[in-house]
Amino acid sequence: MNNMRKIERDVKMTDTKITARSVNVHYGDTHAIKDVDVNIADKTVTAFIGPSGCGKSTFLRCLNRMNDTIDICRVTGEIKIDDKDINHKSVDPVQLRAQVGMVFQKPNPFPKSIYDNIAYGPRIHGLSKSKSELDEIVERALRRGAIWDEVKDRLDQPGTGLSGGQQQRLCIARAVATEPEVLLMDEPCSALDPIATAQVEELIDELRQDYSVVIVTHSMQQAARVSQKTAFFHLGNLVEFNDTGEIFTNPSDPRTESYITGRIG
Amino acid sequence: MTDITNAPAVPRKATSTELVAASLKRRRRKQIRLQWIGLGAISIAFLMLFILVASLVSTGWQAFTQTHVTLEVYVDPEEVPEDRLPRGGFRDVLGASMGQMLPDVDMSARETARAVEGILSNGAQFELRDRVVADPSLIGQTFTMTVPVSDPYDQLNKGLIERETEEVNRRVKDNEIAWFDTLADSGAISKPFNWGLFTNADSRFPELAGLKGALVGSFWALLTCFLISFPLAIGAAIYLEEFAPKNKLSDFIEVNINNLAAVPSVVFGLLALAVFIGWFGMPRSAPFVGGLTLALMTMPTIIIATRAALKAVPPSIREAALGLGASKQQVVFQHVLPLAMPGILTGTIIGLAQALGETAPLLLIGMNAFITSAASSPFDSSTALPTQIFIWADSPERGFVSRTSAAILVLLGFLVTMNAIAIYFRQKFERKW
Repeated sequence: MNNMRKIERDVKMTDTKITARSVNVHYGDTHAIKDVDVNIADKTVTAFIGPSGCGKSTFLRCLNRMNDTIDICRVTGEIKIDDKDINHKSVDPVQLRAQVGMVFQKPNPFPKSIYDNIAYGPRIHGLSKSKSELDEIVERALRRGAIWDEVKDRLDQPGTGLSGGQQQRLCIARAVATEPEVLLMDEPCSALDPIATAQVEELIDELRQDYSVVIVTHSMQQAARVSQKTAFFHLGNLVEFNDTGEIFTNPSDPRTESYITGRIG
Repeated sequence: MTDITNAPAVPRKATSTELVAASLKRRRRKQIRLQWIGLGAISIAFLMLFILVASLVSTGWQAFTQTHVTLEVYVDPEEVPEDRLPRGGFRDVLGASMGQMLPDVDMSARETARAVEGILSNGAQFELRDRVVADPSLIGQTFTMTVPVSDPYDQLNKGLIERETEEVNRRVKDNEIAWFDTLADSGAISKPFNWGLFTNADSRFPELAGLKGALVGSFWALLTCFLISFPLAIGAAIYLEEFAPKNKLSDFIEVNINNLAAVPSVVFGLLALAVFIGWFGMPRSAPFVGGLTLALMTMPTIIIATRAALKAVPPSIREAALGLGASKQQVVFQHVLPLAMPGILTGTIIGLAQALGETAPLLLIGMNAFITSAASSPFDSSTALPTQIFIWADSPERGFVSRTSAAILVLLGFLVTMNAIAIYFRQKFERKW
């Protein structure tokens, strides 16, 4: 029984959700991402690790075109989600971002009620036709964000009044409320204490069943705990991309080895 | 080791701890000196403010009361025939009742009668006329009426005309003082709060002059100014801050908006005179044109405040909304603008407070005209608070001296209130991120 499930999961992991080919990012004169090729699998947690300033967050932000909002940022190369080029003229970044949700480093709930925080995405995308339908979406999202039990009695209170860990789970719930296919997480636990971190990590593992999760993290332990695939970035290059187990036990590149053993970083 | 102990005694270099200790005293002295200078500067500023307010209050407080005389008025049907009511001899009716209150005075001499009638304000006969016209059944009746006294007697009652002054140098003669004292002794003289200061429009007679016209004019001008500058300035600020490409042109516009905020107001007045009145043929002295002119001045202030408020909204909120798939326009109008609103309102109120006190542009478009009725629309001729102060300060009658100060106090009251509202907004809605 156990074996069967494992096989099933392995098969699913081979489905590629995102393919990136020779992606380059320039910030003005700075060459932030250099010729990155990567395949990100569906229903998998992929971790991006690397020292500060290595470009892992920049690359993550390419996947939902958040870099578009920065004037001096220039992205070249090809990124496809489900074989569709996301940088193509016909793709509206607004639509893309509904498909590719994002959770940020610092919990950033809107200064509105918990309900309105969750309902905002479904509202602007017109995902619900009635109030009761919206209520359902909000409840489902909060359950997915593993925060429903904590906030179900105070949905009308401001989201900013929650604790840091709750705020971050609220933000995750907000991101899944628009039913995305990919969930990007930019160091989602760096502002949280260890207990909140553990809760969020558990949540990430659950979310893997439905989404392709890409997480940027500073913590190698976190990458090892939550991800199945790990990409190591260094100075804008994707140095190594492999199964998480392989990266941490048997890295093929000397730079990866130096990083995970703490010699560079 | 031995080398060191046997070495010739060189002058020991001071350690850094000793050096720090030596400099400490000097540094502390400097700091204390700076604190005293700062304290001195603030004290001088406060002293100046105190002198300003004290001098205004000391001259202005008298204008908040007005001497009145209470009369028994008999509306003689012979003087006021019912068929030509509005043109009746109301002045003679009042003269007759004054004569009754001063029985010792021989009213048959025409000059004396005029002088006695002169105790009453010129407005008294019109007040009586209005009452009788409104209620013709008063003809033939006797009733009591309280009317303002004319300015010299008001001054006398308030002690601003001193009885010790030689008669030739005094506006109120000895016999007139005697009449007034007779009235005062009979209890007919009172000094209630001067509601006329707020309910009357301007007048040639100080005892009748009030700020209503100026308040109404300022209200229309500020309303026009707000309705035009607020949406335009916020629109401009949102475009510049959120949508405009950052290039040479937007830099140029930004520099010029900052310059515009520093342009002397009289220049805007000249511009308004040439463009609004000269070119578009808008009416002179109209609060609407004044409001347009003030809007030109207020706009840069609001633009700058709005841009600062928009900038202060943390990028994390924008990213959160963008990350959910909100369009740029949705991010701005659903998240950034509501969060920036307190800052925008604060800037707007401060801009409007500036506009309220602005005089020079209003002088140039003729809002310093002598107008004795309050404007009923923004297109009627009117004065505004600062220009009314300007007119009164220029008037020769003694009564206008205290009224000018009182008007300044009223203007300052409005300014302080507006700034207090701005501070309230800032404190109430200030957000910690």
